[in-house]
Amino acid sequence: MHISKLIILSVFITIFLAGCDSRYLILNPQGAVAQKEYQLIIFSIILCTIVVIPVLGLLVYIVLRYRDKPGNKALYRPDWDDSKRLEFIWWGIPIIIIGILGFATAKTTYDLVDPPKKDVKPLTIEVTSLDWKWLFQYPDQDIATVNYVEIPKGVPVQFVLTSDAPMNSFWVPQLGGQLYTMPGMAMGLWLQADHKGEYFGSGANFTGEGFAHMNFKVKSTSTKEFNQWVKQVKETSPALTKADYSNLAQQGLSLEKSYSTIPKGLFQEIVIKNGGQYYSQHHHMKNEDMKIMNVASEKQVHAQHEHQEGGN
Amino acid sequence: MLDKLKDFLSHFFVTGEPMIYGADVAILLTLAGIIFVLTYLKKWKWLWREWLTTVDHKKIGIMYMLSSLLMLFRGGVDALLMRMQLAFPQWHFLDSNHYNEIFTTHGTIMILFMAMPLMFAFFNIVVPLQIGARDVAYPFLNAVSFWLFFFGAMLFNLSFVIGGSPDAGWLSYPPLSGMQFSPGPGQDFYIWGIQISGIGSLASGINFIMTILKMRAPGMKLMHMPLFTWSVLASCIIIIFAFPVLTVTLALLFIDRFFDGHLFTMTGGGNPMMYINLIWMWGHPEVYIVVLPAFGIFSEIVATFSQKKIFGYKSMVFSMMIISVLSYFTWVHHFFTMGAGANVNVFFAITTMAIGIPTGVKVFNWLFTMFRGRIQMTQPMLWTIAFIPCFVVGGATGVMLSAAPADYQYHNSYFLVAHFHQVLIGGVVFGFFAGLYYWWPKMFGFKLDDRLGKWAFWTWNIGFYVCFMPQYALGFMGMTRRIYTYDFDMGWGPLNVISTVGAFFMGIGFIFQAWQILHGIKYGERDVTGDPWNGRTLEWSIPSPPPHYNFAVIPTVTGQDAWWTIKKERKKKKAKETATFSPIHMPKNSGIPFIMSVFWFIAGFGLTFHWVWMAIFGLTGVGACLLARSFQYNSDYYIPVDEIRHTEDSVGRVG
Repeated sequence: MHISKLIILSVFITIFLAGCDSRYLILNPQGAVAQKEYQLIIFSIILCTIVVIPVLGLLVYIVLRYRDKPGNKALYRPDWDDSKRLEFIWWGIPIIIIGILGFATAKTTYDLVDPPKKDVKPLTIEVTSLDWKWLFQYPDQDIATVNYVEIPKGVPVQFVLTSDAPMNSFWVPQLGGQLYTMPGMAMGLWLQADHKGEYFGSGANFTGEGFAHMNFKVKSTSTKEFNQWVKQVKETSPALTKADYSNLAQQGLSLEKSYSTIPKGLFQEIVIKNGGQYYSQHHHMKNEDMKIMNVASEKQVHAQHEHQEGGN
Repeated sequence: MLDKLKDFLSHFFVTGEPMIYGADVAILLTLAGIIFVLTYLKKWKWLWREWLTTVDHKKIGIMYMLSSLLMLFRGGVDALLMRMQLAFPQWHFLDSNHYNEIFTTHGTIMILFMAMPLMFAFFNIVVPLQIGARDVAYPFLNAVSFWLFFFGAMLFNLSFVIGGSPDAGWLSYPPLSGMQFSPGPGQDFYIWGIQISGIGSLASGINFIMTILKMRAPGMKLMHMPLFTWSVLASCIIIIFAFPVLTVTLALLFIDRFFDGHLFTMTGGGNPMMYINLIWMWGHPEVYIVVLPAFGIFSEIVATFSQKKIFGYKSMVFSMMIISVLSYFTWVHHFFTMGAGANVNVFFAITTMAIGIPTGVKVFNWLFTMFRGRIQMTQPMLWTIAFIPCFVVGGATGVMLSAAPADYQYHNSYFLVAHFHQVLIGGVVFGFFAGLYYWWPKMFGFKLDDRLGKWAFWTWNIGFYVCFMPQYALGFMGMTRRIYTYDFDMGWGPLNVISTVGAFFMGIGFIFQAWQILHGIKYGERDVTGDPWNGRTLEWSIPSPPPHYNFAVIPTVTGQDAWWTIKKERKKKKAKETATFSPIHMPKNSGIPFIMSVFWFIAGFGLTFHWVWMAIFGLTGVGACLLARSFQYNSDYYIPVDEIRHTEDSVGRVG
């Protein structure tokens, strides 16, 4: 029996000591959003421990004390089956704890709807999950990358997410939690990096054969370096054409890539193509994104007209 | 012509995998072996008369149990293959496709074809005995339920060697599970395997609600029922509301696939979110469907082996009923990250946390049942005690997961994988094992060996923690579920190795249990009293294994723990009561449930391959069976008093 305990103990120790390791991404938040989530995680662990530890202690005590051994003098009351006072305690305490945790959860949930910083102009990056790669478009900078994102530190970034393949989930653990990417919908996720560094990102929702390889790098640099990088991409990379995009959208893996310009309205087209026109109620998106989508649907209508005219 | 045939066969049978060829051979050899043994021993008639056509709830329960243990083996092998593949970074043991098929079938089998039937096994074996009934409310329907489950499971498992397994995850989210991204019969096997067995589950739910409400022994009020029976009632209430949702959801998915509908694609005005909502409206209550009966089992065991009344009976009943209602208000916590908005997420976060309250209350009630009792460390009790810490920690991580913003970080990660395995293995599997050890003597008339049982217990438990504790850590390291390989530089390697070692320990535990059963058949200590544990409820008042009419005389119940009370009174009186028998009304066996389910299987197979002629043939057969049943007037009989007296004498009971 003691061997088993030793093994369990050593496993726990390995895990907890290893928690200090920087590879425990969630426990090493590098941005305001991840930081808030991290605080809630720690808070929930503490609250749970308040219940778990006494229960485990109680279990060990009771099992040792009331074992059916000859000579056990502990009290034995086979018909004792009710105590209002005790039941009141163990209905009451969990209700209080859940109340506290529920409040903290609600507060953090509402906090995360808004950008982490309000006095800085946010950066928008449009993310499309493809089979099996990530396309990032920078509408304001008019550049695009594949499986690689660069962002300036200290600037809130709104990732607008969609998919041109089965739904996936966009996740950069050190910068903040994930959000699903779904065909025909565009949803906003605020993230922000507070330091320079390179962060691991991945698709978290299963999408088939190449799913395990859908990782990407997020690099955060100073604003100056970011602008330089944008300039460099503009100078050295090829333009993204619609044909390039159709190739990219084919099933298959891809290396990191960058493009100096993007076809106008490509992101909106992707959303519309997958049924975005049926999804008018963007209750979870900010006004800014609403604008993107409205422009898009107008364009789509326009494009359809043109197409029909061309056909005639 | 020959080329055409070759082409067809190479698509029809799964080819190109050495492991699958191995499985082909194994399946053929096993089939040949079974046919040979049955023919050699001239047992075909016996098999048909005693088992395939039976409507006896105990035999149906045993068949449920055997099939479910078989499925546990298959799901377990799947698990070990996955753990092998994940043990080392960039390891090439399975390729992506094969890995995807394996985790999909692992999940589906473990929940639907292992946990559910094992649960129905207990419903069948225990409930009528606990409430002092001679049968379930609808014995014929009960047989239909079993055979539908059985052939549904067979259909699903067939995909392994014919046509190819489903590979879109155990809940098959569209658009991935749609025709565009999952062509081929795999997803259709999934739909029809589950659909056919699901009809059986729904019928069982109705059957046991009626059994419990209508067939209790005289005097047994609702608040006198054993807690296991209560848990079955709670679970069945969830079943009758949840399973229709599953049926409809899968039917809609089939419409998308077969008729090119657009219910779950945005193009055409459908919505994939609708599927995810629907499937979890079934999927989350499903968790409580399987765990509530486990709670019931623990309640029985903890009282029996603490030699004390259950603590807080009313509280237990109340909490189970609350859980059965609350279970419908938590489904969105499976996709907090779907952008439903803050209000929705907060609502479902809090309802999810709230379900932790009645669940936690039960843990305290179990603890205080042991308190001031006399705890006997039997095998069922060992599993019960091991369940408590496991489930409490699993519950705590569940509460952590329910904090929506924290879930943005845990979602789809190994933290989640560790959590649900902890509650499902710690809660459901440990619970069902405890139940197996507890009721085994009742089912078969002998006990399972203690020493082997302890080996099984420790290998399972140590294996469990070694396997799943590292997975919580892996979640914190950012490892996502369902990936078949990962890079060296993530540092996930060492913990994955440990986890794999743990999984193999659990595999060894299972081998000990299989050995324990074989050992028990030969050397097991026979139970001649019918009450080997000094039990408290009515199933212990009759011989083990019970005669097929269960109770020669239906007992009269005056309160909780009916058998305990009867025993106490008998001690006082010291005189033996003489019973007067009267003829017992019983249902006759019928081959229709079996034959009808075979037709369902044929229909399901046809629909899977989109062979309409075969589907029509199968469904016509189903209809014909229903018609035949409606003309079967002679479906019951009376056991004469002499025969009852004779049977009772032969098991040492004086009439």
